[in-house]
Amino acid sequence: MSTATTNPAGTDPAGTDPAGTNPAGTGRTATSRAGTLLRDPVVIAAIIAILLVVVGGILKPGFASPDQIVNMLRVASFLGIIAIGQTIVVLSGGEGIDLSVGTVATLGAILASRTMNGSDALIVPGVLLALVVAAAIGLVNGLGIVLLRIPPFVMTLGMLGVVGGLILVVTGGVADGRAAPALVQLVNGRDVLGVPGILLVWVLLAVVVTLVLRRTTFGMRLYATGAGREAARLSGVPVGPVTVTAYVLSSVFAALGGIAMVGYSQQVFLNLANDLTLPSIAAVVIGGTLVAGGVGGYLGSAVGAIVLTVLTSLLTTLSMPEWARIVVQGVVLIALLAVYGRQRKLRA
Amino acid sequence: MTDTKVAAIEERRPIGERLGRVRVASWATAALLIVAVIAAVALQPNLLSPYGVASTFATFLPLVLVAVAQAIVVIGGGLDLSAGAIVALSSVVAVQVMQGQDGSVLLGFLAALGTGLACGIVNGLVVSRLRLQPLIATFATASVFSGLALLVLPTPGGTVPAMITGTFRQAVGGIPVSVLLVVAVAVGWLVLRQLRIMRHIRATGGGPAAAFASLVPVAGAQLASYAICGVICGLAGLAVLGNSGSGDPFIGGALALNSVAAVVVGGIALRGGIGSPIGAIAGAITLSLASTILFALNLPTSWRALAAGLVVILALSLSALGAPRRQR
Repeated sequence: MSTATTNPAGTDPAGTDPAGTNPAGTGRTATSRAGTLLRDPVVIAAIIAILLVVVGGILKPGFASPDQIVNMLRVASFLGIIAIGQTIVVLSGGEGIDLSVGTVATLGAILASRTMNGSDALIVPGVLLALVVAAAIGLVNGLGIVLLRIPPFVMTLGMLGVVGGLILVVTGGVADGRAAPALVQLVNGRDVLGVPGILLVWVLLAVVVTLVLRRTTFGMRLYATGAGREAARLSGVPVGPVTVTAYVLSSVFAALGGIAMVGYSQQVFLNLANDLTLPSIAAVVIGGTLVAGGVGGYLGSAVGAIVLTVLTSLLTTLSMPEWARIVVQGVVLIALLAVYGRQRKLRA
Repeated sequence: MTDTKVAAIEERRPIGERLGRVRVASWATAALLIVAVIAAVALQPNLLSPYGVASTFATFLPLVLVAVAQAIVVIGGGLDLSAGAIVALSSVVAVQVMQGQDGSVLLGFLAALGTGLACGIVNGLVVSRLRLQPLIATFATASVFSGLALLVLPTPGGTVPAMITGTFRQAVGGIPVSVLLVVAVAVGWLVLRQLRIMRHIRATGGGPAAAFASLVPVAGAQLASYAICGVICGLAGLAVLGNSGSGDPFIGGALALNSVAAVVVGGIALRGGIGSPIGAIAGAITLSLASTILFALNLPTSWRALAAGLVVILALSLSALGAPRRQR
């Protein structure tokens, strides 16, 4: 908390120093800098991701080949893009969480692919339509949370059902529409120095989002709001508009992630991205962003998305039976969180 | 925090005065339930026939039970997203133990409740000892439990002893068993409420730091809330079997989130410490009736889900608006 309020925009370039790992401000000296770095959740998550790849490479030759790694990163990008919005919402504090991102991503994918219907010329209208509808959904979420003071969990849980209903109304229960070839090429092609363009887009988004969070007024206000609403309000931060913006951005990035996913699958399904909601929250938590808000950053969430994706593909590659894969996934997630996702002890 | 004290004092007050002190949220819950019942009966008059009541309550029972289980965890300041997975796991374990034999029904009961308890204890340990965020921790354990359910029963199937499915549809003294079970759950809560552990759970939900300072065993209270939740989910697993007559490892799907919605409609604050599982029962019945009503309205199929979503979000916002807010 103290770290967050005195250093909201994080002049600390590593990005995150969550309260609790470094409560007394020790570890700033040169001697313990390595120790501080090793306690940084982003670094830990990155080490875990690399370890998973190495273990996979040992158990299954070819798992750690550059080609396979690019493939995994490509799949991670959908979750990673959705996690951008989730990160912003969690940072905004006030028990901020968006349970509707999965269905919004699916709706975005459906709207975009129905509009473009396999034609490159219609990509822009398709993407725009998806983003505008998503923004409207996010606006409703934000207004419900700020004006009606409905808890975010409840509001977005309700929205989950409404958007699920919208999907059925729009499609009539049958998902049609195809991704435009250019979109497919962006996700599945190897155009930019041998890697898919979607990875470049993801990196670009990550840089922009990180800059916006760290270097702009909106970013500062977001961290201030998350660290303490009342203090932020008294300091002249427009807490309400900042919170609403956070939920709008969350839905918009969710739709963007959904559109990227259609480029991958080329066809839409009625539940295309629905299962990505909880993983997006998990990615944020693994990345070291505090669920209480105000502390963290996007870099961690991106690494968290990579960790989750590598874990899934490792378990799939090992050709475990399905039940074992699901069980191991849960156990590993708990183990990961136990490393550093623990809440503070009551006995301080 | 003072809730427990207030509750203790209130028990000695005359009923009229106590009614006057009932929170706004409870009125919202009651109003929603009454509206739902009236609308449902108006649209489907045969709902009130003995058969209608019995079969309606039979289909509602799993959600009612899980909502009560969820309510206890939420009052303790937690959240259990694995509730649905626990229901699935305990029901398939019971199916495999009983193998359709009437003689092993008791064994099946014990197996279901034991499975639920074990899952609840795992959740409780992960949340209280590892101190993980309940939302994400129970999402992870849900993955473990559903995986195990797939191991126990890879595909839907198996037979449930006729004794369970039969009893489930019967009536005792004119009252359907399914209704009696809901009443039994409510009575069970009234007993549980008197126990010290429930006061500890409520105090923990109201404010863990203050509870800790008041010598409440916070970690123990959290563990207990998840364990109780697990046992009730095991019971819900049996109710699922009584309904469907066969096992299904995928049954848990939407139960966890629906139970959270029922808890909120029931006037229980998600931040903990406030509310009663009786409200959650009302919330679960309201939400289930809402889908009955929408079904009776003969909406086009593709619009039904949207209408259901809008009704749920409306009910959620009404309850959330009535819920007391803590000063910040």
